[in-house]
Amino acid sequence: MSASQSVKKIIEINPYMLGTMAGGAADCQFWHRNLGVKCRLHELANKRRISVTGASKLLANILYSYRGMGLSVGTMIAGWDEKGPGLYYVDSEGGRLKGTRFSVGSGSPYAYGVLDSGYRYDMSVEEAAELARRAIYHATFRDGASGGVASVYHVGPNGWTKLSGDDVGELHYKYYPVEAEVVEQEMAELPVT
Amino acid sequence: MESVFGLVGKDFAIVAADSSAVHSILVHKTNEDKIMILDSHKLMGASGETGDRAQFTEYIQKNVALYQFRNGIPLTTAAAANFTRGELATALRKNPYMVNIIMAGYDKDIGPSIYFIDYIASLHKLDKAAFGYGSYFALSMMDRHYRKDMIVEEAIDLVDKIIMEIRSRLVVAPPNFVIKIVDKDGAREYAWRESIKDAPVPGV
Repeated sequence: MSASQSVKKIIEINPYMLGTMAGGAADCQFWHRNLGVKCRLHELANKRRISVTGASKLLANILYSYRGMGLSVGTMIAGWDEKGPGLYYVDSEGGRLKGTRFSVGSGSPYAYGVLDSGYRYDMSVEEAAELARRAIYHATFRDGASGGVASVYHVGPNGWTKLSGDDVGELHYKYYPVEAEVVEQEMAELPVT
Repeated sequence: MESVFGLVGKDFAIVAADSSAVHSILVHKTNEDKIMILDSHKLMGASGETGDRAQFTEYIQKNVALYQFRNGIPLTTAAAANFTRGELATALRKNPYMVNIIMAGYDKDIGPSIYFIDYIASLHKLDKAAFGYGSYFALSMMDRHYRKDMIVEEAIDLVDKIIMEIRSRLVVAPPNFVIKIVDKDGAREYAWRESIKDAPVPGV
């Protein structure tokens, strides 16, 4: 993010569903907020929470109807419903994919590399959070357009909780601490004459 | 680019499609099902822009179902193909759908059939058809080895040969394919051909 280092890129749609932001910030914020409204209306009309499948489809259909008009949205909808955890990738071209892991944005290839090599379906929450944090850090290291804060959220049966929000500069020194350089021969100080 | 191809056999029709969901240089998913089952005896394999593909094929599927609800009998394959072509043609000069379709169906009195419908709404009833970069290999191989009235095993053997060829000769070749079949017993998934397996997960 060139304008600001502290933009919230994880949007809280409702207490058990999150959306991620990539592409145009305004588009993502607006349409996620709009999706939150539609999800609440669904709850009121049907007396039950909307599924992640349904929420992602609502968003995908809206974005599809605006295709070709210049919206720029690359988002993941993550949530927990009766069928358990759900993750969908939705973009402004109208694409919608169900999957177990996704990476979106300019730094996404870098993140995919770290994510794919460390991923197992039966990871613990701590392992998964660390893998996610690592993947974001490595993407910010290589991609000029990525940086700032690596936020990690957990989505469980009782909704989401924020696990951490670390500045990637600090993560860098945590993962790769500065080591004292090995100096073979110290230069002797010349006497001042 | 997405590959879809299909052929008609003795009393069945087969459609095969690759299963990569791609965005620029990234492969988001390797097990995306691009062959939609329209109703009990119709299949539609589609390739093209992601959003258009999923949305348009679902639109056709729901309209096919609606016809059956309203009229009590299902559409014939020819009718469904012509309806699909009509929808593409109507949208063409305003808001075109960038989807190429191979529709396969089995009708009791006619037997199996395949329809080639491209994104500019041309429609052809054919014995063999293919779309995408894979079509460069699929079409010539089908022209060489296809015979009328092949049995399932022979047809699947040809499909597998084509998949091998696409995998080995196409520079950005999709690793995984799905094969679906339609015959008198209905439309169903026949097999997956996977050379890259996603992490195993129930029900994705």
